[in-house]
Amino acid sequence: MIGLLEQTVNGLVNGGFYAMLALGLAVIFGMLGVVNFAHGACYMLGAYGVYLLDHWFQLPFWWALLLVPLALAGLGMVVERVLIARLAPLDPLYNFLLTFGITLVLQALITWRLGPSAVPYEIPSSLSGAVSVSSFVFPKYRLFVFAAAILCCAVAWWLLTRTRAGVVVRAATERPDLTAALGINTRRWITPVFGFGVGLAGLAGVLAAPMQAIHPLMGADLIIIVFAVVVIGGLGSIVGSVLTGFALGVLTSWAAAYTPAIVSQLLVFVAMAAVLLLRPAGLFGTREATV
Amino acid sequence: MRQHIGVRLHAAITITAVSALLAACGGGGPQSGSSAKLSGNKIVLGVLNDQSGAYSQLGGKNAVVAVQMAIDDFKAKYGDKAITKDISVVSADHQNKPDVAKTDAAQMYDRQNVDAVFDVPTSSAALAVADVAKEKKKLYFNISAASDDLNGVSCNKYTYHYAYDTTMLANGTGIAATQGGAKSWYIIYPNYVFGQQMRDGFSSAIKGAGGTVVATADSPFPNAAEDYSSLLLKASSLNPKPDTLGVMQAGADLQNVVKQYNQFKLKDKGIKLAVGLMFITDINALGSDAMAGTQFTDAWYWNFDQTNRAFADRFFAKTQARPTFAHAANYSAAMNYLEAVQAAGTDNPDQVTAQLDGKKINDVFLRNGTIRAEDHLVTHDAYLAEVKPASEVAEPWDYEKILKTIPADQAFAPPTGACHL
Repeated sequence: MIGLLEQTVNGLVNGGFYAMLALGLAVIFGMLGVVNFAHGACYMLGAYGVYLLDHWFQLPFWWALLLVPLALAGLGMVVERVLIARLAPLDPLYNFLLTFGITLVLQALITWRLGPSAVPYEIPSSLSGAVSVSSFVFPKYRLFVFAAAILCCAVAWWLLTRTRAGVVVRAATERPDLTAALGINTRRWITPVFGFGVGLAGLAGVLAAPMQAIHPLMGADLIIIVFAVVVIGGLGSIVGSVLTGFALGVLTSWAAAYTPAIVSQLLVFVAMAAVLLLRPAGLFGTREATV
Repeated sequence: MRQHIGVRLHAAITITAVSALLAACGGGGPQSGSSAKLSGNKIVLGVLNDQSGAYSQLGGKNAVVAVQMAIDDFKAKYGDKAITKDISVVSADHQNKPDVAKTDAAQMYDRQNVDAVFDVPTSSAALAVADVAKEKKKLYFNISAASDDLNGVSCNKYTYHYAYDTTMLANGTGIAATQGGAKSWYIIYPNYVFGQQMRDGFSSAIKGAGGTVVATADSPFPNAAEDYSSLLLKASSLNPKPDTLGVMQAGADLQNVVKQYNQFKLKDKGIKLAVGLMFITDINALGSDAMAGTQFTDAWYWNFDQTNRAFADRFFAKTQARPTFAHAANYSAAMNYLEAVQAAGTDNPDQVTAQLDGKKINDVFLRNGTIRAEDHLVTHDAYLAEVKPASEVAEPWDYEKILKTIPADQAFAPPTGACHL
């Protein structure tokens, strides 16, 4: 019983990463119509960011947690203005290829400067150790990651539903033409939304750094799963992406613990195929993208 | 994604078609000319390995550096007496995929005039390359793949199994750890031929030494999610509870397992860590303290003696890293191949194998080394090593304490009889 509980909590932690990455992908897709393939590379840069801040400036984890996502959001906005905006009027495939190219460039740059080897990063001392309630024992840091993921998703939800900016973004996502006809400058919001999504991926990378090996391909490996999460949740559906992220985290954790590895490996993709067959718009999607 | 796969598929088909065409045009192949001592009047060595993924640190591009060092040393040793001065190295990234490895190897042999392929980590990829070597009648020195099948059921006249194998790892670590108090094991392994053989090899070594295997569990390979937490959590809920976690993952996968093992405090829960295969680069990535006290079998250690150290210093000057045993073995295999060509006076594979088979060698990598004529396994002394705590690490990369030398005849099993060259 304790085993199952531990597996479930652990699944929610892993699901937190899927949710944060899928959330960013979903808002970017909703607002820009761009499938950001570079999302995994942004996650990887987040992890390297926290490592480099420690390596060069001995800056503690908490500063990195604040600075790295902001820096990446800034970088994302520059890339959006300089590159992505230029291709926006064309077929979405062009921007997909552009972000794929950006991914390869970023991976190559990191490999070139820092090598293909994984770099070490320790869990901050205040979060090392484990929480134990009778025989339930769980690493403190992983619980922190879960809380951080929930907080991120909640803040994103609040921004989108309770602020004026959020209302505009949602409107522009659903009916860009109508929103523009009402005199709202939707273009103004595209760059910040892209930056927000990239920053979120960077934040996920920062959170992953102490938990996993930091290497140039860490994002490339993960992004395929996150794409599947977004498709299952419904392209552009923010709630769908987040809930699917957590749910798939738990399901794969159970599958990994109680079935042969092949099951947990295929689970996400079988689920994606099933959803595409039965509900092509995704579990939470309508024909058009919704919040 | 579909387009991405489509493009790759297209490229693979094109390459295969072109290589088939070239092979056809070449008639009987490069060796058919009887007057030439060397095919194409030159020697080309090919390094085929993982240059971007989980196994890129333990071999990767630095293995190419090691092979180039062997070429330079060979030229320096023989000078004008060398069979040729035109010796070069080419390399390719097989991404740990057997199909890519197969295409790359065929391309190396057919189009790049490669005389011998080196390295090839990932047992499933190595077995694919061994098939190509057999079909093309060209040499292949396996360094980084461990599967016993390479010198067992899947052996062939043109393939040598050089540095280590699953039996060596299982006998070294499995028996030593069980005798040292690890009585009940929970084994996790990557689910492909290497991991499965490690699971079986360790299980029988552990049972032979009086221990038990409580449970085994597999992880996918390659593991896109890089997550082992579910398998690790399972350890403490097993009944009976194991006292040792046997980790058969390698390279970056091993690093992730150890990181997560430490997070889940399994050591505090009374579950010790045993590692099937570890390279110095893994310890370097994790930091010495993350692994301190862990015992494992090493095929070679850079700071073992002056000979090794001199090689490691030259290697460090070129790569800013200390060599893994795979790097040293790539150097040794390339050097001994070139020596055999020099002695045979030709790069004709059949005449080169005649030089190599049964040869006894002592060099920078091989101690009490023998190239076994029966099954082409290269046996040599191995070492039982322990990771030092950071407080005892005197200089960067000096992470290992060698506990004992395992003599060649104990480290490797005798020929099984499954191999018919």
